[in-house]
Amino acid sequence: MPLMTLKRPVSAGRLMRTALLSLGIASFSIGLSLNLPSDAIAQEPLEISIVYITQEEKQRVPLSLVEPILTDRGVQGARAGQQDNATTGQFLKHDYKLTEVLVPEDGDITASFAEQLTAGHRLFVADLYGEQILALADLPDAADALIMNTRAPDDRLRNVDCRANVLHIMPSRAMKADALAQYFGWKKWNEWFLTYGSGEGDLAFAEALRRAANKFGLKIVDERPFEGDAPSARTDTGHAEIQKQMPVFTQGAADHDVLVVADESDVFGEYLPYRTWEPRPVAGTQGLIPTAWHRSHEQWGGTQLQRRFEKVASRDMTERDYTAWLAVRSIGEAVTRTNSADVAAIKDYLLGPDFAIAAFKGEGLTFRTWNGQMRQPILIAAPRALVSVSPQEGFLHQRSQLDTLGYDEPESTCQLQ
Amino acid sequence: MPARCLASAVGLTGLALCLSGAAAAQTAFVSNEKDNTITVIDVASLEVVETIPVGQRPRGITLSKDQKYLYICASDDDTVQVMDTETKEILTTLPSGPDPELFVLHPSGNPLYIANEDDNLVTVVDVEKGSVLAEVPVGVEPEGMGVSPDGKVIVNTSETTNMAHFIDTETFQITDNVLVDSRPRFAEFTKDGKHVWVSAEIGGTVSVIDTQTKEIVHKVTFEVPGVLPEAIQPVGVRVTSDAKLAFVALGPSNRVAVVDAQTFEVMDYLLVGQRVWQLAFTGDEKLLFSTNGVSHDVSVIDVESLKVTKSIAVGRFPWGVAIKD
Repeated sequence: MPLMTLKRPVSAGRLMRTALLSLGIASFSIGLSLNLPSDAIAQEPLEISIVYITQEEKQRVPLSLVEPILTDRGVQGARAGQQDNATTGQFLKHDYKLTEVLVPEDGDITASFAEQLTAGHRLFVADLYGEQILALADLPDAADALIMNTRAPDDRLRNVDCRANVLHIMPSRAMKADALAQYFGWKKWNEWFLTYGSGEGDLAFAEALRRAANKFGLKIVDERPFEGDAPSARTDTGHAEIQKQMPVFTQGAADHDVLVVADESDVFGEYLPYRTWEPRPVAGTQGLIPTAWHRSHEQWGGTQLQRRFEKVASRDMTERDYTAWLAVRSIGEAVTRTNSADVAAIKDYLLGPDFAIAAFKGEGLTFRTWNGQMRQPILIAAPRALVSVSPQEGFLHQRSQLDTLGYDEPESTCQLQ
Repeated sequence: MPARCLASAVGLTGLALCLSGAAAAQTAFVSNEKDNTITVIDVASLEVVETIPVGQRPRGITLSKDQKYLYICASDDDTVQVMDTETKEILTTLPSGPDPELFVLHPSGNPLYIANEDDNLVTVVDVEKGSVLAEVPVGVEPEGMGVSPDGKVIVNTSETTNMAHFIDTETFQITDNVLVDSRPRFAEFTKDGKHVWVSAEIGGTVSVIDTQTKEIVHKVTFEVPGVLPEAIQPVGVRVTSDAKLAFVALGPSNRVAVVDAQTFEVMDYLLVGQRVWQLAFTGDEKLLFSTNGVSHDVSVIDVESLKVTKSIAVGRFPWGVAIKD
């Protein structure tokens, strides 16, 4: 579909900036040998190799075509992170390499991963589903590897199925649901009507929403699964059918303040806003969403990352781009501080008390030692504007306010420690 | 007006007149990031006297050596504007490189060293000729800019690389890189040139770097009772000329820390407006102004008594501040 693959027009200003940037890099490499103190010149460069691994998948046509269909989600973030690391690394004689492994749709992801292990790589950024992550992490040769999960939000990966060689950059479903619940708690929109699809992810997010409501004293007053297919808005008069179907689907629910939807599969959620039986806002996977990153986020220097990313990718930064950037940057930060490319040293530093990464969320981000999840504020975003950032004020915690989101230490079933 | 002041300073009476005249003429300029304006404050009365429309997203501002001009980083216009401090007219613009955020002027009055946040560059601009002298590649997201009193060294901080880059002003080459804590925002040399203070917003610390050895001699940490440690985010730093006191703006903790610049002990935390960003002394160092981004005001601190004496409402999201004698 040519319409979707069109890149945003590049403004003259941006072109000029890009030209300047390449000029800067060129002059930099010339100046470098002169700049470094003599002891740094004597020292051998430290090579840091990071492998970004993902698998091709069939692009399902989304319900809404307003957003472009992207085939490079994630990898562009890793590239942006690599660029940041390389810039920093040049001052320290740290030489970063990013290897991109794109496994074909019918390819064997485990075999591709094993090949990388055999080649000596130990640092991985995995843009993969939960099952795939577990398959990679459980390979005997992967025991001393470090896999950064930048995509799978599954709570089980942070609980019963946690692995010592996996760190989670992507927030868990529980963190996102908790972030939304805190915001609605603050709004006093305490009564939820929950709708959910039939996909595995839909059911898991519905469960996370139930848990969040319970955790923060909100109430799910009604629940309804969406079964079957929504008609296509793309067929002629498709809208007419949808505008009849969605009110009927949401008719007769118990009194509620907000309709929460768990439709990761993108089957019906997009059709809910403005079509509900009761005039209620829609939130969850569509409408108002909890997310690690959003184009509308410009606080705490976020504008800089948005712009930097646009230069690399010629498009907006998505959540998976952000988590991939953050994974690569976290490794870079550990290398900078430890002056080591050793995976054990990097992992120790990441899980240790000195690590905190600035990631445009207003405070340093750290890892939970009990399950390897990165603590982070969650953005609450409408399609075109940032609405809030959780944790909300007043949700307190003895360790870090960020631990009010997701599975806290006492409730975690992860046995890492 | 310094010129008029010198001319009349022939006798004792003349001198006295001159001093009071100079005090009355003190003017503070505050850039309002979201309003695209500069607020002009009369320091004697602490009243806003004027609001001047300027370029888009004005952030760092600084005065020319003779104080006749105010340089303004108009970040979203990718330019530095030059404003006449008497007529308040924008006279010209200087090439700045993209997205200028903060800058520092050489003690001689020329050139201007500008941090280009988006392009990992420090751009060196001749303010008289209006031309770019050099572009120095630095770490990711350059922001803080400090210059040594002898003008031989500038220090740039890079917010994502987390370094203080020491740059030779003759060769435009980086001579040293010092790793500091997360997200360094500001660099301030002491007047004796011995130390440079570098704040780290996310790290929550201020590193005091020995300019000879390039070693961090002390790391100032902060603790405000009842304030979450994450909210303590050091940004602007100012040290008095006698190097006795340092003031550190602590962002969303809404405090300015007062630090003994000799022992590095934190003496006090002064409650100011919300999300305090940058600081500037009056020329006589009797007053310190802080820009408070979220409460859209400026707090005035009496340096001798260490009391906040006044809040002045300015435009939306005040960012930079510079004070003319």
